[in-house]
Amino acid sequence: MSIMEYNGGSVVAMVGKNCVAIAADKRLGQQFMTVSTNFQKIFSATEKTYIGLPGLATDVLTLSERFRFNINMYKMEEERDIEPKTLAHMISSTLYQRRFGPYFVEPVVAGLSKDNKPFICAMDLIGCINFAKDFVVSGTASQNLYGMCESLWQPDLEPEDLFETISQALLNAQDRDALSGWGAIVHVITPERVVTRSLKSRQVSANRIDY
Amino acid sequence: MTIKQVKTAGGFSFENHTRNAALETKGVKPPKATSTGTTIVGVIYDNGVCLGADTRATEGPIVADKNCEKIHYLSPNLYCCGAGTAADTEFTTNMISSQLELHRLSTGRKTRVVTAMTLLKQMLFRYQGHIGAALVLGGFDINGPQLYTIYPHGSTDKLPYVTMGSGSLAAMSVFESKWKPGLNREEAIELVSEAIRAGIFNDLGSGSNVDVCVIEENSTDYLRNHDKPNERALKEQSYKFPRGTTAVLKESIRNFVDVSEGDAMDMS
Repeated sequence: MSIMEYNGGSVVAMVGKNCVAIAADKRLGQQFMTVSTNFQKIFSATEKTYIGLPGLATDVLTLSERFRFNINMYKMEEERDIEPKTLAHMISSTLYQRRFGPYFVEPVVAGLSKDNKPFICAMDLIGCINFAKDFVVSGTASQNLYGMCESLWQPDLEPEDLFETISQALLNAQDRDALSGWGAIVHVITPERVVTRSLKSRQVSANRIDY
Repeated sequence: MTIKQVKTAGGFSFENHTRNAALETKGVKPPKATSTGTTIVGVIYDNGVCLGADTRATEGPIVADKNCEKIHYLSPNLYCCGAGTAADTEFTTNMISSQLELHRLSTGRKTRVVTAMTLLKQMLFRYQGHIGAALVLGGFDINGPQLYTIYPHGSTDKLPYVTMGSGSLAAMSVFESKWKPGLNREEAIELVSEAIRAGIFNDLGSGSNVDVCVIEENSTDYLRNHDKPNERALKEQSYKFPRGTTAVLKESIRNFVDVSEGDAMDMS
């Protein structure tokens, strides 16, 4: 068992036309036992930027607080909100600083820059950034998500269509992952508003055919 | 929940090491980082040096990034290809790039290739191979075009044509059969592209596109995606869902407002 699979959970982010979406499941487990069905994995950094943190729950909690601190310090020193790209490098440096004793999270950043350009990226646990123009995935259902996103995603989706695409990608991926599921949350970020939706999903650990 | 939050100084932090070591003794396998099972190459030609790289990043058997950048900037006349642990190549080259910029500001001279090579090898040797960066360093200084390979343990080679990464054997087979002294710019770019393509098609750790960087005395050309032998065909149909397909339990909307008070500050 890898420590990345101890608590389970998945995050996905996608780019649309002048918008981005980020989605995550809600499960917190202890291996195959589900402990909570309402565990937060996506945290807002600024109005238009969100951080997804799948991985070891203890580190999710520690890092979400550390990032909140750094983001607030940046805002006070610079007198402006942090840009998504800057935020990604802040997270990346924090992780690489612990190169030889890492936090077990693989963060995802999604947001709109100050001129409302879509930005998404994912990182590995030691902070190597993957800048993508289409979609990024992370967590225990990442392999399933790669398959879903690679087939469902298409360029220039409007916010409402992007919502359907990211939701179906996540829902179908997590139904084939025993460690993710129990509901899902989706944020669609546009220049005018952020729409947050809770999804109706299969409320079971996927595939109880485990003998 | 309060954690002590302070701004840290530079250098690596080992604060999680004891915990992670304890987890490992309980039978938890340490997870693997993104690695660039890579093909990177370099060639010296009559009046410059040409670097090449593929653009695939992998996480185990999964392709994590289909179009990543493996040719890193060090200084205007120096570039560096990276293979191995992706984060290590990225941060090592960034760190040295920053040191070279300061060195340039202090000396007012064009950075020499040996300077970058020495900084890189000393840093990698200091970490005894734990920083998994395998590099191909190319550049042009007062001593002309130069090309080095740097291994994760800190050893270096100085050769007219080099390859590194998991696709190094495929790429070297091209160089060994087609390289000749006194290549011109176009021949060098084509030879490098062919070597990278050999890696892309014959090594599973390498794939997607060919990036090339050509450095001459007074010019540096970064040819991003110089060759794209693996372009994805357009989807003939769409998987777009009708709006309302997904069942929603709860929805909350956060509208943004423009707050403007008084007149804008006079900046003239």
